[in-house]
Amino acid sequence: MKKKKNRGHSAEVWYRLKKNKLAVVGMIVIIIVILVAVLAPVLAPYSYDKQDLMHTFAKPSAEHLLGTDKFGRDNLSRLIYGARSSLSMGLGATVLSCIFGLTLGAIAGYFGGVVDNIIMRFCDLFSCVPYLLMCVVISAILGPSLMNAIIAMSLAHIPGSARLLRASILSVRDMEYIEAAKAIDSPHAHTILKHVIPNAIAPSIVSITMGIGGCILSGATLSFVGLGAQPPLAEWGCMLSEGRSLMRDHMELVLLPGIAIMITVLAFNLFGDGLRDALDPRLKN
Amino acid sequence: MSALLEVQNLKKYFKTPGGLLHAVDDVNFTIEEGKTLGVVGESGCGKSTLGRTILHLLDPTDGKILFEGEDITAPSRKKLSEMRAKMQIIFQDPFSSLNPRMSVSETIMEPLQLHGGMGKEEMIEQTKALMDTVGLAERFWGSYPHELDGGRRQRIGIARAIALRPRFIVCDEPVSALDVSIQAQILNLLVELQEKQKLTYMFVTHDLSVVKYISDDILVMYLGQVVEKAGSHELFAHTLHPYSKALLSAIPVPNIHAKNVAIPMKGEITSPINPKPGCRFYARCPYAEERCQKPQTLEEVLPNHFVSCCRVRELNDLA
Amino acid sequence: MENDNLLEIRNLFVEFHTDDAVVHAVNGVDLTLKKGETLGLVGETGAGKTTIARTILGILPKPQGEVTGGEVVFEGEDILKLPERGMRKIRGDKIAMIFQDPMTALNPIDRVGDQIAEAISLHNQIGKSDVRLRAMDMLEMVGIPRERYNEFPHQFSGGMKQRVVIAMALACNPQLLLADEPTTALDVTIQAQVLNLMRDLKKKLNTSVILITHDLGVVASICETVAVIYAGEIVEYGTAEQIFDHATHPYTRGLFDSLPSIDDKDVKLKPIKGLMPDPTNLNPGCKFYDRCEYATAACKDTHPEALDIGEGHLVRCLHIDNGEGGAK
Repeated sequence: MKKKKNRGHSAEVWYRLKKNKLAVVGMIVIIIVILVAVLAPVLAPYSYDKQDLMHTFAKPSAEHLLGTDKFGRDNLSRLIYGARSSLSMGLGATVLSCIFGLTLGAIAGYFGGVVDNIIMRFCDLFSCVPYLLMCVVISAILGPSLMNAIIAMSLAHIPGSARLLRASILSVRDMEYIEAAKAIDSPHAHTILKHVIPNAIAPSIVSITMGIGGCILSGATLSFVGLGAQPPLAEWGCMLSEGRSLMRDHMELVLLPGIAIMITVLAFNLFGDGLRDALDPRLKN
Repeated sequence: MSALLEVQNLKKYFKTPGGLLHAVDDVNFTIEEGKTLGVVGESGCGKSTLGRTILHLLDPTDGKILFEGEDITAPSRKKLSEMRAKMQIIFQDPFSSLNPRMSVSETIMEPLQLHGGMGKEEMIEQTKALMDTVGLAERFWGSYPHELDGGRRQRIGIARAIALRPRFIVCDEPVSALDVSIQAQILNLLVELQEKQKLTYMFVTHDLSVVKYISDDILVMYLGQVVEKAGSHELFAHTLHPYSKALLSAIPVPNIHAKNVAIPMKGEITSPINPKPGCRFYARCPYAEERCQKPQTLEEVLPNHFVSCCRVRELNDLA
Repeated sequence: MENDNLLEIRNLFVEFHTDDAVVHAVNGVDLTLKKGETLGLVGETGAGKTTIARTILGILPKPQGEVTGGEVVFEGEDILKLPERGMRKIRGDKIAMIFQDPMTALNPIDRVGDQIAEAISLHNQIGKSDVRLRAMDMLEMVGIPRERYNEFPHQFSGGMKQRVVIAMALACNPQLLLADEPTTALDVTIQAQVLNLMRDLKKKLNTSVILITHDLGVVASICETVAVIYAGEIVEYGTAEQIFDHATHPYTRGLFDSLPSIDDKDVKLKPIKGLMPDPTNLNPGCKFYDRCEYATAACKDTHPEALDIGEGHLVRCLHIDNGEGGAK
């Protein structure tokens, strides 16, 4: 008799994920980008703000593999350090918004009633303003900087993640195993942490993964309009902004950061898609 | 033997946009220690709500619940906690009643972790013993619900329910979702556990043949009310209420020579929202008359056999 | 050879391909059905009954489901070989199916009468008003007032929804009706009503019925012949009388012994030990081997043939003696 290995839920998900080629590609790219960001000082041949006014707009060569920009700064190095800034915007904003958004969503979903009402009405208030506009406004109020852009994005993102988790919890809340937990006198905190969240978190995990890509994009947008990372910080959106006016003669200044953003966001999306499919309980049987 | 559980005039109503839904309406009964009360009825009769209200998974609207002689209708937090250890429930659906993210051992150990005050070693020993008691092989220790069949999942539910050594268990249609051959295994297990651990059951089901097999006394419910209450053998020997008769006659018997003609019931089940006073079976009863529209009471028609029907005596040729 | 057989299934094999393994759902099934006959196909979850019905109707999930052998001969023609176009003509018109869950079988946004009318107009070239009239006739035939034509499914109770489903299935007066656990989801008293309805209708329209169920009581009330299916094989087949009064195969007898009875007093339940075998890893010998209390070493390796123990009563068991399967 063939021995079936006991696969826990997470192991099952991992197994299904591995079989999805596109998701695996996405995962690999994400890992590469993260490694690049973390090892930037080691990988980049130059510092991101080292100017060399004698060799501006240089063509790709042995010293500058991807050429230089209008200040003679090495494009490759700026691209590598850019990974750091962009990724920190994406991850930072997402993590921050998760902590608050998920907590609010969990409380609203689990307890329902008045508590739910109050929290959701607050979220509605925030949702009235388009996301990007909200980010712009908060950034402008706080002052343009990378950190403030991260704060702005996470604030704007809280209602969305709260609402998503709440919806998921509402469907889990009526399951009999929650009733069973009540029957063995499980305290609220225990029920939420052990029973509700693990079973309701799937859509949120997918949303978080896709959200990182989205935040990288929004972060780049904010930097592009001057509200996020400030020069001379190398951030892909910033680089796009600086390169815009020179696009006609120096396409590479726009193409390089543009492609970097595209590949990174695509990788997160592919991974998120694959994760959604792997988590789908309908595929279980 | 003393009454372990006593329920007096229990009511559970739900507020709906359409009005007040009378899910459980004025139910009275006692269960003695070590016995099984079968609660029978079709969908919407309130039997599941009754079980859950007794366990405080739903809060009663009115009435009294007495357990071990104590009034637990509105228990304090501490009392509720004690109560929960002594009164447990086995659910109908062996899939949705188990957390899909927890393994067999984790599910069974959970009540011990929350209540037991035991050390890790002891909990593991206890869990192994529980698995053995319900017939789950040790190799399923780390298995997950989706890897197991309905019968095994139900055994997990049973192990969880008896983990804290309760005295009373509400069995809410525990075998309805199982295959016939597995049903019999689980029913035998429940009977065995009752004998060994001196358990008292309230067995809720729609299946009259199952309820006869396992119950000492039976309540027949219709739209939230008890229409007939009697000992198990007595009920089947002398089925008195028109609804009980219709219910019994409707069961398809696995016997081709059985001359069972289903007693016809008119129409469909009426709504439990804002019900009219009087017999709720009125709209469908083949013997309905004017006086059935007046409020009916549960009367003792034969020794220890109660029926809620104003025409019961004449319809059954009784004094 | 008499051929008033409406349906003949010969040596049918169906497999499902999943990522991990191959599920052997149907393993050499033979069945015949005459015009006007009601056959009860009895078995538990996973035995293969629904797969057989889906195969007849040609609605196996593709690409996982595959017929790997055998024929399904309907009115003299092997319909497994028909292209999809040909099957579409048959589905709903000559062969109709009722599924288990009436709650989800009806389209919630279409009027009930229109859903019946759709079934009619798909297979008949008649005018709209005639179609509507016929649909209303069908409603009445199943005991629903014609005036309710324009109502929506949510306005009907479970029992009534199932009646509508029956009306849809019988709208084109099919020769064969496949009913997959049609009353399992209904309350007992409603089940009785629906079974009565089915009994009347099949007599009136002379429809052949294959009734799939796990409930022996339902089989007793409506079926003339019975096939007991286990792990994708027919283990016992016969008339209702042969099966109910002279059940022979140990599995069939085990099923009867597992039922708590209304009549007998305090007879202890005798469940069948163990569980259904893993359909990806079936024993090549007798598939009931590991749960049978009479099993011998021979049973493990030798695959039993279906033996005729008298008047067409077939049993698939190696040890039959005096009408007792598994005989000591």
